[in-house]
Amino acid sequence: MSFRLTPVLTATWGTDRSWTIDAYHQAGGYQALRKALAMSPDAVLQLVKDSGLRGRGGAGFPTGMKWGFIPQGDGKPHYLVVNADESEPGTCKDIPLLMATPHTLIEGAIIASYAIRAHQAFIYIRGEVVHVIRRLLRAVEEARAAGYLGRDILGSGFDLDITVHIGAGAYICGEETALLESLEGYRGQPRLRPPFPATAGLYGCPTVINNVETIASVPAIVRGGVEWYRSMGTEKSPGFKIFSLSGHVARPGQYEAPLGITLRELLDAAGGMREGHELKFWTPGGSSTPLFTAEHLDVPLDFEGPPQHGSMLGTTALQIFDETTCVVRAVKRWCEFYAHESCGKCTPCREGTFWYAQIFDRLEKGLGTAEDIETLLDLSDNILGRAFCALGDGATSPVTSSIQYFRDEYIAHYEQGGCPFDPVASTVFAGAGV
Amino acid sequence: MTANGATPGGVPPAHDGTGAAAHRTPLIAFDPRLGPAAAAADPLSADAQQRIRERAAQVLARYPRPRSALMPLLYLVQAEQGYVSADGIRLVADILGLTTAEVTAVATFYTMYRRRPCGRYLVGVCTNTLCAILGGDAIFDALREHLGIENGETTPDGAVTLEHIECNAACDYAPVVMVNWEFFDNQTPASARELVDRLRAGDPPMPTRGAPLRTFTEISQLLAGFPDDLADAGPSAGPASLAGLELARSRGEAAPPFPTENAPREEGA
Repeated sequence: MSFRLTPVLTATWGTDRSWTIDAYHQAGGYQALRKALAMSPDAVLQLVKDSGLRGRGGAGFPTGMKWGFIPQGDGKPHYLVVNADESEPGTCKDIPLLMATPHTLIEGAIIASYAIRAHQAFIYIRGEVVHVIRRLLRAVEEARAAGYLGRDILGSGFDLDITVHIGAGAYICGEETALLESLEGYRGQPRLRPPFPATAGLYGCPTVINNVETIASVPAIVRGGVEWYRSMGTEKSPGFKIFSLSGHVARPGQYEAPLGITLRELLDAAGGMREGHELKFWTPGGSSTPLFTAEHLDVPLDFEGPPQHGSMLGTTALQIFDETTCVVRAVKRWCEFYAHESCGKCTPCREGTFWYAQIFDRLEKGLGTAEDIETLLDLSDNILGRAFCALGDGATSPVTSSIQYFRDEYIAHYEQGGCPFDPVASTVFAGAGV
Repeated sequence: MTANGATPGGVPPAHDGTGAAAHRTPLIAFDPRLGPAAAAADPLSADAQQRIRERAAQVLARYPRPRSALMPLLYLVQAEQGYVSADGIRLVADILGLTTAEVTAVATFYTMYRRRPCGRYLVGVCTNTLCAILGGDAIFDALREHLGIENGETTPDGAVTLEHIECNAACDYAPVVMVNWEFFDNQTPASARELVDRLRAGDPPMPTRGAPLRTFTEISQLLAGFPDDLADAGPSAGPASLAGLELARSRGEAAPPFPTENAPREEGA
């Protein structure tokens, strides 16, 4: 199958002052809002349902269905919360989107709020990106000044305000119920579900939580319609998606393409692996999705493809490593990340990620034993499915998949008394004398 | 440190809990790596408290419930002192009607709230897997050696606090260094050494994608949701962000045109 790149979200990232409302208007911005406000909220919801849009934050849940879970006529306030806490290792799509075209998100958030009848929306953005925060705060101000936020938006009778809430450095707050805790002023620890946020979310009220890319896709869907949207992607995974290629590739970056594209096609777009090197392993969608290898080059990257081969689409964060990379070192560092970011609420994750890090430390120093590999697998069994939230499950992904594909490399570490790789060879400045 | 901490300078005093403020109980002093908190000897001035209280009213107005203002209020404290002091905790607790234990529980959960004064520039080297392997580990080691400080420490001139950080959503620009949470993309050990030298010399370079560097206390104000005037600085996107778009243009590829409009095509397609 031949493919085409389909820039929609990224189409205006390169235009002059793309972050301003003027540039956004120039590109047809806020036309979708006018169109949506002329429809009934239920019709907007139906349109998004029919489009088949699925959540871009990793889980791929149908967006329209999620919106449809919000009870109507319940007399409670409804909230839209946009998850802009992009922190999954390898994931780098939402932050450049918000830097270049924050109004895409604002417009989508207004339309989504209208559909679920919310009058207050929150954008929870991670704190470690100050310039992106500036642009987002400015975009909210501009939208308010233009009459897209506030009372009686464009004469529709619909009221909405948006608050930007700035995080403070906690990966766990990307988990939707931990995010709500954080937004309410507590430690970011996940909540037991049920009740689900659709019935008891922010302040105990019905709440929709969507990823930035999900909400930013809504204006284009409203403008283009269901048929247009479904002309891209696959039957079950329609539409365009930003694929983030990083690592040992010739031209890392953001490549917007229909769902169902393969790594082989994306690598072709990115100029292949860096010169003179070959693919060793990669993540299809962040460090929490089990590793793939060169045997998975032709797996369709949609919501159905990777699960058939033991992984997940995740956030389409393709971290790509060549043969100079030690997989034990790579996984060790991810384990240290999960140990650092575990919120401490549940024992399997808190203790399990801690012991992962200890065992990998031993392995890397050449002090490991054959038993360590079995202990890692046993630990993984005791975390996966037993942790309170997806953080713990995700932590097991690189461990079990790397042992599955590269057990020999683990063995080499204790047989040879240390890491057999030269870390300098895997740097981008290898041989450059810096 | 000056009393109001407007310019957090230098390493925190080696504080042993004695002296004029010894009657205060340090509230956040339990990290063995950091030693006793410097907080006790560093009260928030009356002026600083007044500024925080004035801004607090605006923060509270953003939310349906007051407790949601807790995180931005902690940033306001950090904007005054360069870290979250025990006095700051008391003030936030007082504003929100919470106990100091409740506020401390939140302040110590999130890594961006600092428990000791930060230098003017927080230099964070990404050492999550992808950046680490592409050179972040080498950069971090080079800076430790060059600055003569360890993770979390500050240079004696108070200019640079060095930390390794987690993934900062810029993997296509790896290895990445953040200064006061602005992007310095595609770094090398040599470029990172030059970067910190210029920070220490008072000649901060421009971020790759961002605005002219502000100090750590200044950006803490922004993080409380009070924008400065720099949104228009810097580019819309870096080269890696545009890689797919530019390739699509050069190949004449695009998404199908919107059907109901007269399909204005991309310029340059």
